[in-house]
Amino acid sequence: MANVLEVKNLKIEATVYPPGEKSRDITIVNGVSFDLKPGKVLGLIGESGAGKSTIGLSAMAYGRGGVRITGGEVWLNGRDILAGGLSALRKLRGAEVTYVAQSAAAAFNPAKKLMEQIIEASIEHKRCSKADAEKRAIALFEKLGLPDPENFGNRYPHQVSGGQLQRAMTALALCPQPDLVIFDEPTTALDVTTQIDVLAAIKDAIRDTGVAALYITHDLAVVAQVSDDIMVLQNGKTVEYADVDTIINNPAEDYTKALVSVRSIDHKEMVPEGTPLLRASGVNARYSGTKFDVLKNINLELYPGQTLALVGESGSGKSTMARVITGLLPPRDGEIEFDGRILSADLKSRSNDDLRELQMIYQMADVAMNPRQTVGTIIGRPLEFYFGIKGAEKRRRIIELLDEIEMGEAFIDRYPAELSGGQKQRVCIARALAAKPKLIICDEVTSALDPLVADGILKLLLNLQKIENVSYLFITHDLATVRAIADSIAVMYQGRVVRYGPKSQVLEPPFDDYTDLLLSSVPEMKLGWLEDVIATRKMESAGN
Amino acid sequence: MHPVLRLVAQRFALGLLLLWAASALIFAGTQILPGDVAQSILGQSATPQSLANLREELGLNDPAMTRYFNWLWGALQGDLGTALTNGKDIADSMGYRLKNTLFLASCAAIVSVPLAIFLGLLAVRYQGRWPDKMISGVTLASISVPEFLIGYILIYFVAVKLGWFTSVAMIDDRMTFLQSLNAIALPVIVLTLVVLAHMMRMTRAAILNVMQSAYIETAELKGLNSFKVIYRHAFPNAIAPIVNVVMLNLAYLVVGVVVVEVVFVYPGMGQYLVDHVAKRDVPVVQACGLVFAAVYIGLNMIADIVSILANPRLRHPK
Repeated sequence: MANVLEVKNLKIEATVYPPGEKSRDITIVNGVSFDLKPGKVLGLIGESGAGKSTIGLSAMAYGRGGVRITGGEVWLNGRDILAGGLSALRKLRGAEVTYVAQSAAAAFNPAKKLMEQIIEASIEHKRCSKADAEKRAIALFEKLGLPDPENFGNRYPHQVSGGQLQRAMTALALCPQPDLVIFDEPTTALDVTTQIDVLAAIKDAIRDTGVAALYITHDLAVVAQVSDDIMVLQNGKTVEYADVDTIINNPAEDYTKALVSVRSIDHKEMVPEGTPLLRASGVNARYSGTKFDVLKNINLELYPGQTLALVGESGSGKSTMARVITGLLPPRDGEIEFDGRILSADLKSRSNDDLRELQMIYQMADVAMNPRQTVGTIIGRPLEFYFGIKGAEKRRRIIELLDEIEMGEAFIDRYPAELSGGQKQRVCIARALAAKPKLIICDEVTSALDPLVADGILKLLLNLQKIENVSYLFITHDLATVRAIADSIAVMYQGRVVRYGPKSQVLEPPFDDYTDLLLSSVPEMKLGWLEDVIATRKMESAGN
Repeated sequence: MHPVLRLVAQRFALGLLLLWAASALIFAGTQILPGDVAQSILGQSATPQSLANLREELGLNDPAMTRYFNWLWGALQGDLGTALTNGKDIADSMGYRLKNTLFLASCAAIVSVPLAIFLGLLAVRYQGRWPDKMISGVTLASISVPEFLIGYILIYFVAVKLGWFTSVAMIDDRMTFLQSLNAIALPVIVLTLVVLAHMMRMTRAAILNVMQSAYIETAELKGLNSFKVIYRHAFPNAIAPIVNVVMLNLAYLVVGVVVVEVVFVYPGMGQYLVDHVAKRDVPVVQACGLVFAAVYIGLNMIADIVSILANPRLRHPK
């Protein structure tokens, strides 16, 4: 059978404009070749910056920003699409090849109804009449498990949930009956419990329509569920290209092996001892101007030098709990006891020591640092502010902290923009440690990072805990992370703690239905996992 | 109640409140002006007795509050009082002037608004290339030249040298519609040149801002051509800022045309106001101020309401 897509020796370049330097060309992708038969799915996997999205978009001869294809060939349905001009490309974009974006919430036009957007390409390219396109869209809504398929298209993007939008995006891509669909991280922005449903819907839709697909993701466990072949990419080059079974069960390259065996941390759970460092009792909280509690009767304890993980989907109230503990959101009732004293509910009336002993690390290290300050200034600020340390002594402490986060003195004069995602998060950790806190609240600190980098951060956090005897309140939706570092776990669902206890107990059956759903939704590096889970789970995700 | 209805009603109520506040300011402003109306009417012929009589007649001896509410009450019923200088009913003489001004302003708006938006779209389509630069250059140059200068230049070349239009934009009721259009052609051109740049630049900026969105990439990847991407996907999301700047400029066309009206001797509100300021005819100045305030507030209120209606999140709540 003829190939739908053939990519030969692809080279992609971009022009970068570093501040204060001359602009120069960098190579994003070099020497990548693959082909795709009808009805087959190729997974492109790699860390951010590996060039996987860029390669995906090259199948439409589209480059984001200043990105351009400078070498190689892209053959779609037997035609070299790089040879034709822009108008030839327009004829096949949205017709023969379509695209599913990572964030459907941003990729849909907020001013137009879903149906209008979904059938637009079919009509534009005269693939079928408007009535037929609508009929096909409704059939796709049904196949993708969207509620009320007849009327779903009459809604605006903001009127449906994130998981539904991602399915609608899939319908948008499949409606013109293309030969190839590019899925660019279609489930990455979703909750783990929602991801599984969308993943299953996408997989069914690909199978039923017989379309070929490129599936781009950084999550090997996810791509293993939908792909026939997998290409592992690093720094714009192919590391390994083989069928899915080989990649998962018998990888040849070290890099692939590392990806397959990621999350190798073995943390032995500590038993609670002494008096709790943090105790929340009977906390109820709501946001001003609303009429319902987002936190309902929360009781938690965290012991010195240990880690309590707060787990749940988005909207479960876990970040709100952090706001209550830090004093950003005074609770309606209930108390926060910290190190033997009751913390005042309001941030303004807390003492300097209260503030110092309770530090935070955020999900987006990028925006948590002043881009115009050097690493040294950023880490030095708490030293000066809380302890009045200045001059040579301050520099010595900063270097000490940089060593602790395994970065070293060389970084002291760098700016955040010169650091990688993992390094930025390390600097944020050092800044929190500089205050010599007793408790650090980690709010989804590894969610924005690639798996291998996240792994390094978790190892660092565990190491620092041993040295500094600091406690972590670890907020995450990712159960694999929890398994790696927690001592005790609180599972939150719709503002309540539904399961709470030592890690071994919480992760041990029998489970309540929600914990079961949450645990079973974590993708496993195993072929056929998706089908098994869908067949055996007890409840469906609330927000799908 | 539908949230949009409530928001619109809120805007409307706020507009009325603002107008009332403006009326108080206008009245207070004219009160603190130095000099005495009776004195200025009588001029050289004033005797203490005639001054006292005239003050009594004009109600100038009443407390300011009473006069304000009498004035406001009258204005609400369409009675703006009589002009001190010629004793004519203000509402009557202003009605004619206002009609002329609105005629000139609407003609200028009908030409300039679609042209500005079209040029804005064109500038986005060819962003950074020569059509974009040319449009920006020409419109910015035209806004930078004072409007009276553009007026005189046009009069010299187009009216005097070429003889296409009349240099004086006098219109009256006996003229046919086409004759009137011919008469105001030059002031319309001047006004268009004056307001074009602002609207065009804002349209361009608002759409370029939207062009960064992910859904524009979606539209491009559907294979739509650039113009379809811009007017189907970018423009609907840029309506709110565009409407705001359009309304500001429409308001300017009504209340800011004084100079152009004087240059072209056009019998509009601007000239009327200038004449009576010179003659210290306070009731006329107050009435003009009130009408201008109403136009300004009304147009901006419409802009607010259109922005609310253009937001699908408000129009179609969850």
